[in-house]
Parts: sequence; structure tokens; C-alpha cells
Amino acid sequence: METENQNPFQLDVGNLLAFNPFHNFPSLPTSRDELVKECLQEGTKLVQAVADSLFNLPSTEDVDGPLVKLPPPTTKLPREKHLPKPKPPTKWEEFAKKKGIKKRKKDKVVWDEQTGAWKRRFGYDRVNDDKDIPIIEAKMTDEPGEDPFAKRQDDKKKRVEKQEKNRLQNLKQAAKLGALPSHVQLAATALPITGTQAPPKKVTKDELGNVAGMAATSTASGGKFDRKLPGEKPAKKQGKHRKFLPVVEGSGICSREKEQTENVLNKLISKHSHEILNVDKAVTMYNVKKEKKARNRKNQEGRSSSTSNKLKPKKQLHKKGAKKGPGSSKKGKA
Amino acid sequence: MMKIKTPKKGRVKRELDKRAPKLVETGKKTLILQGTKTSGTLNSVLSEIYHLKKGGAVRFTRKNDNIRPFESGGETSLEFFSLKTDCSIFVYGSHSKKRPNNLVIGRMYDHHVYDLVEVGVENFKSIESFTYDKKIAPRVGSKPFIAFVGEGFENVDELKHLKEVLLDLLRGKVVENINLAGLDRAYVCTAISSNKVYLTHCALRLKKSGTVVPRMELVEVGPSMDLVVRRHRLPNEGLRKEAMKTAKDQPKKKVKNVSSDAIQGTIGKIYIPDQKVGEMALPNKAKGVKRERREAKNKDANEHASKKQKEESE
Repeated sequence: METENQNPFQLDVGNLLAFNPFHNFPSLPTSRDELVKECLQEGTKLVQAVADSLFNLPSTEDVDGPLVKLPPPTTKLPREKHLPKPKPPTKWEEFAKKKGIKKRKKDKVVWDEQTGAWKRRFGYDRVNDDKDIPIIEAKMTDEPGEDPFAKRQDDKKKRVEKQEKNRLQNLKQAAKLGALPSHVQLAATALPITGTQAPPKKVTKDELGNVAGMAATSTASGGKFDRKLPGEKPAKKQGKHRKFLPVVEGSGICSREKEQTENVLNKLISKHSHEILNVDKAVTMYNVKKEKKARNRKNQEGRSSSTSNKLKPKKQLHKKGAKKGPGSSKKGKA
Repeated sequence: MMKIKTPKKGRVKRELDKRAPKLVETGKKTLILQGTKTSGTLNSVLSEIYHLKKGGAVRFTRKNDNIRPFESGGETSLEFFSLKTDCSIFVYGSHSKKRPNNLVIGRMYDHHVYDLVEVGVENFKSIESFTYDKKIAPRVGSKPFIAFVGEGFENVDELKHLKEVLLDLLRGKVVENINLAGLDRAYVCTAISSNKVYLTHCALRLKKSGTVVPRMELVEVGPSMDLVVRRHRLPNEGLRKEAMKTAKDQPKKKVKNVSSDAIQGTIGKIYIPDQKVGEMALPNKAKGVKRERREAKNKDANEHASKKQKEESE
């Protein structure tokens, strides 16, 4: 027995919503608590009204509790996205409709006469595979130098390309009407080429990173004070890395400046002179110099022997003796 | 030159299909973000709204200084975020001297701003300040009861608009079946004056009563605040008409091999092909059972036997 009581509330059970348009606050309650209490009272009445109709709906028993089928909500709210537009028929679909061609269900396996087995319609080990054909008979219309197997492969490639082109055209048509399927995106691959026919070169990630640094070297301060974009990393330094000693350093065992100057001074003053003079090298150098001079004198002798025969031999003896002097002194020292 | 891009992974395809426009829509996701300056109360308001809408909300914590919903150019960032996060309602909080504790609640249609309502928050009480028995605390994601009280919601334009927006924000997913044991929360909105609304969130306690319907008791648990309507922008008429369009219930696609009967309920037909028991292959043939092996064994045995005989004879 249902009691038809005049419900002054507007109920929307589908949304679990209740609205009381008749209540008004003739005078605002003085304290906040009073206000809250009154609001809760009114709220309780409304919720009770919704629950009344809700619990009276036919329910089914479920594991967690009684399950109730809600009626559709009555308050109209705006949609989130536009209504999906139906896909326009593709060119083949239009043609098929016009001609009355119906789709036929195809089986996954097909009987292969040649091998006498059931083979797939497509995929690995399929029925009419191109690579399984052993012999192609030549026809009168065939040219002599042509490879029929290669020709078959080319034909297949062309057919696949044509199919792709048609598919693209169909998708473009759908995109024009705003009914592109959600998982498909059409992207422009290449911009139109102007000027020379060279395709635009792809810049690598490292190159792009260095571009700013390269441009910065043209500034007077080498790009050190250029304003940087947020997130831009400082440029990598190119060229030799110089290491400078610290200005102030303690004097002790590890004072590097002291070590450096010591090394230089030792080399100059030759504190350990036996380490400084390489005897073998000095002897070789002296011998080489001597031989060179002897060679030169021989040449000179050959050229000007007629003119100064009397004078020169004496001079030579002198020179030899002079030469021997420092050489012998050196040997003495070593 | 155009290229067709399709996702290589099934997971990506499923995600894209989730975001595609559908005939019957699932719940709207909410985007909660803030402007250059926020106050303490506003921060807690935003975090509590996020908590109430945990399942379908995205919270941005950084400040966004280029979002001005009511200005013509200041919506581009919002639309971009809405597109990227797939959110159709946003709650934008900001605080300034002129508009303290400001909340802008807005909706999107096709990721473009549809309508906006600007409210100020006063007398905010957070969840922590309420003491209640923890057992009746509402669970995350449960469908709430929503109650609107007051003639202001009927008479005043701004409050009417606010009512619609609040309903959209608070209601959650639209479901066909609901478990009566899982009803545990209610929102109560009262129009106190022509521009003020008192919003509070309560937990439900169902008490035994004589009839099937339990007696409802509301206990305030969640945040409660006073909303003062400041500005609002209604959608323009053409956009509103388009957004309110619903698809006429198309006859559901007939599921094959399923029929329903008044007496027996849903009946399904399963077709099983003929079982040829003699020709069936055993699933895992034991090694020893294989014929080749048996034959080889027999052959070996015979050979051994013949060898032995020969040796004996020799």
C-alpha cells in the first residue's frame, strides 16, 4: 500500500538529489550553532525523503548488501565532450553498398590443395605464399630479360602502397568531418621543400646542445655573461684546460709552488751537475760537429786548391790544434 | 605528406579510447589548482576538496600566475591543463585583498571553458576540527546524497547556477546500480541569504525503524564553509544547447547468442563443435608412449638378441 503524500521536495533519485524550494529563513538565527542545527534538520528531512524512495525500489541480493537499480537522473547537466560523430563510409563501403556486395565471413584456415593440409589464410606458412611458387611459366607477352619472381614482389609492394594511400585518404575524409577514430592521429611528416631539393637535415641532440655555446663564442666575453634561459645548462668548455695553483697555500711538505720553483732553480744552477750533463750525448754531438766541419773543409779545398795552396795548410794545422784544446779539456773533466 | 600514427601498444590505445567522446559519459574528473597567492584557509579548502573527490581528481600544487578565468586571454592555460589531464571541472583558488579566499569553480565543454562561478569562502571549518565516532566516517568514493535547501536556489539566478555547478562537482560517477549498504555520506547546501550558501559534508547513520526504510541521521564530519557568490558567467546559448544534447537512446546492439526470458532470465547459447574422440590428440604424450620410441626400443632389443645368438654360436 503506497501512501501518496504530497511531497513538497523535488527529488532526483538517479542523482540522490533532493531540493526543497520552499524553505526560507525569515530571520537569520543569531548564533552559528543554531544555524547549523537548522540546516542539518532540513537536510535530514530531504535525505530521508530520498532514502524513502530509494529503499522502496526493487532490490536484488548481493554479496555485500542489497543492490538497487537506480532510475536514470532527471536533472539535465551539460556534457563533458561533444557527441561522437558517426564514421563516414569509406570509398569501398560506398561502392559495396551501391553494387550490393555483402561482406562474407572468412575462415582463418583454408584448405591447401598443393600440400593437402589446412593452412592459414595469412601469416606464417600461409596458403598462397609468393615464396612457395617453384616455377612460373613464361607467356608470349613476357619480355626476355625480366625476372618474374621479382616482378611478383614488386606488384605486391605496389598493391600495398596503393592500399595505404587509400586508407590515408579515407582517414583524411573522416578527419575533415571530425570523426577520426580516437586512437589514430594524422601527422605531417615533412614540410614543403623550398629552394634546393635537399631534405632538411636532422639535428642530433648533442649538436643542439652545443649550438648556444658555439654562438656564444662570438661575443666579446665568450658568452660568460649572456642571459640564460631557465633550465639551460652552462656551456661545456672546449680546448685545453689550464690548471692554476692556489694563491694562498700553507708552507710545508705539500706546498706546490715551492716544489715548482725548486725544480726550475735546480735545472738552472745545476746543483747536481752530473745529472745535468749527458756525457754520451755530448761526445756524439762533438764528433758529429767535427765530421761536418771536416767535410766542409774538404769541399772548400777542392774548390780553391790552386789559389791558396801555400797559405792554407798552415792555417789548418793551427785550427786543428785549437780545436783539440777544448775537446781535450772536456775529456779531462769527465 | 601525411603519416598515420597509431599506437603500438594496446595500453596506449585503451587510454586514448577512455578519453574519446562517448555516447554515454562516465564521471567528470576535477582539476584543483591555485593562483599566485593563497591563504592558509584556501590551501586547506583545496586539499579537502581533493580528499573528498579522491578517485576522480587531479591536484596541482604549484602556483600558476597566468590563469585568470574571467578574462578573455587568461583561460588558455586552464584549457591546456584540461586537455592534458582530461578534466572537465576545475577548482581554482586564489587570495587577494579585493577577493579574499576566492574559489572559481568552472566547467569545460570539449576542453573549452563552458561556465564559471566565483565564490568566496568564509567561516571554514576543516575536517580535523570535527569530532565524531570514527566508525561512521564515510569511505572514499561512495556516492553521496545531495540536499539543497532554500528558496534562493529557485529565485536567484546566481544561486541557481551555483546549484547546478555544485551538483556537477559533488555527485561523482553516474551509476546504474547502487549498493544500499554503501551509502554513508551527504552534502547539505542551504541558501542563507540571497548570495550566501552554507555547505557542509555529513556522514550518514542509518538507524533501525519499523519499515524497510531506515531512519537517517546526519552527523557533521567533513569541511563546512560559507560560500559567498561573487561573480559568475553563464554559458552562451548556442554552446549550452549543444552541450545539453543527449543521444536519443539508440537501440542497444544485439548481443549474439543471448536471449532473455521472463521466467528463466538471461539465456545464452554456446555452440560446441563435434568431438571426434578417436582422432583427438592426447595433450601431453608421455615419452615412453611415443610409437617411434617403442619401435626403436624393440629394434634394439631384437638386435641385442641377434648379437647374443651370434656370439653364442661363435
